[in-house]
Amino acid sequence: MNRVPGPDLVDDFPVLARTVRDGKRLVYLDSGATSQRPLQVLDAERRFVTTSNAAVHRGAHQLAEEATEAYEGARATIAAFVGARPDEVVLTKNATEGINLIAYSLGNAATTPGAEHLALGPGDEVVVTEMEHHANLVPWQELCRRTGATLRWYGVTDDGRLDLDSVELSERTKVLAFVHTSNVLGTINPVTELVARARAVGALVVLDACQSVPHLPVDLPALGADVAVFSGHKMLGPTGIGVLWARSELLEQLPPFLTGGSMIATVTMEASTWAPVPQKFEAGVPMVSQAVGLAAACDYLTEIGMDVVAAHERALTRRILTGLADLPGVRVVGPNGTTTPALAERGGTVAFVVDGVHAHDVGQVLDDEGIAVRVGHHCAWPLHRRMGVQATVRASTHVYSTEADVDALLQAVRTTQRFFGVVGVSA
Amino acid sequence: MDLQELYRETILEHSRRPRLAGLREPFDTEVRRVNPVCGDEVTLRLRLGGGSGGDRPLADVSYDAVGCSISEASTSVMVEALTGRSAADAALAYRAFHDIVTTRGTTSGDPLDHLPADLAEALGDAPAFAGVARYPARTPCAMLGWAALRQALVETG
Repeated sequence: MNRVPGPDLVDDFPVLARTVRDGKRLVYLDSGATSQRPLQVLDAERRFVTTSNAAVHRGAHQLAEEATEAYEGARATIAAFVGARPDEVVLTKNATEGINLIAYSLGNAATTPGAEHLALGPGDEVVVTEMEHHANLVPWQELCRRTGATLRWYGVTDDGRLDLDSVELSERTKVLAFVHTSNVLGTINPVTELVARARAVGALVVLDACQSVPHLPVDLPALGADVAVFSGHKMLGPTGIGVLWARSELLEQLPPFLTGGSMIATVTMEASTWAPVPQKFEAGVPMVSQAVGLAAACDYLTEIGMDVVAAHERALTRRILTGLADLPGVRVVGPNGTTTPALAERGGTVAFVVDGVHAHDVGQVLDDEGIAVRVGHHCAWPLHRRMGVQATVRASTHVYSTEADVDALLQAVRTTQRFFGVVGVSA
Repeated sequence: MDLQELYRETILEHSRRPRLAGLREPFDTEVRRVNPVCGDEVTLRLRLGGGSGGDRPLADVSYDAVGCSISEASTSVMVEALTGRSAADAALAYRAFHDIVTTRGTTSGDPLDHLPADLAEALGDAPAFAGVARYPARTPCAMLGWAALRQALVETG
């Protein structure tokens, strides 16, 4: 069956057929927080659990073999989805764990033979941006605190883009960590330019791809970064699984983050040695059914085609931006251009404020209309401060989102303004 | 419509015109509370009058609240009701207000019934927040200012 994004997919996502708040059709525009899962993902997990469930990488029985095959097969599918080799893909609990893995491994590099050149210390710098999700900020703050390195950041312009003149990288810059697509503004950052700058000074590039991989065709090795993370549950897959991709020589050099079973080569009472990558970074029994589910999500998206997914979301984003621009007293926080070139530089998350109504109150009225959006600072508090807003309303789409969803959102924003008596009133 | 149950006119009115708002001096202690989920903030200053223990009156409660209508209005209602009343009354009022915004109508009776009559009367606007209990995500909004006052009382105690 040839799947087409939009309303035709509702049969694959039964949750979208339910009603909320006294019979209102559910309008799910919170995919940036977590996406819904198609039956194909659940079926794959169920098939695995009901036929082959076993702990992987141990045991000599048939189920253990099948489970290991399912797990490693899933890794290969997930890797291929982002153009990577399976041995460069580490499966983690979530993307946040992936960033912590890198940050902690770098923090331990100084005492790891072969990784000393990756170590940070006083005088060194970690550079991030002001538009990071807390997950790509706090681990670096903590790494700097532990090592004595200095945290610096690219600022953000009034229209929600990186101010590329705000930081000059230097030989002391050891890490440049930045978000591919902003989870608030929707801005797609200039990876090629930033990678070139990092390369020029020998800094490691860590890319937060949580909002890009689920929505765009992404070839991670081709982007030139050294490390990237993304999460399963934002790309139609299960929670409890994230992906860390890194160049294999880096994974070879870095010390493990979590240690214990499964990640060792030899263990004596005095010391241990590590399994080859990626197992070196996967301590304990891993999340097999989630890996199988995420691979099924990759297959589902691949079957539709990520270029088709991206085009679908661009059309919806244009509809949201155009509709919001027509509403007096509503302001988009982030790039708001609706031309084709402008839309190519942003993802499908649209953050906005309604003059005179706090985002939380907007969200409440939207919820009453059956519309699920995110309100608050979306784990990007410094970015909100920079943009001069305490909180925003964020609508975010995915492959199953429809024009009717967008129209319901726009209608409900008008309802909100009427309810709070602020129609067309500027703050 | 449920929304009107939540956003009673009392709440909208307090959020548009918060009572006794602004930060004033002198004060004994200043507390800043933030709701980490949404970023709503309140800075609250407390000056206690003379006396001992729970008898000391809340001589002045001044505040700067930036947040949703529920959080701004509940702080306004609290300050209007409790300014001039004793620290002991403030503790009783905290418990009653918490009951109002969390019990989802499951406890029998009106939480204000357990209070001294004059305190219940002072808290006349509090029952307007009963609708919050149906939306657990909004409870921290409604309690933000109250939590700040409770912390300030602990710090001055």
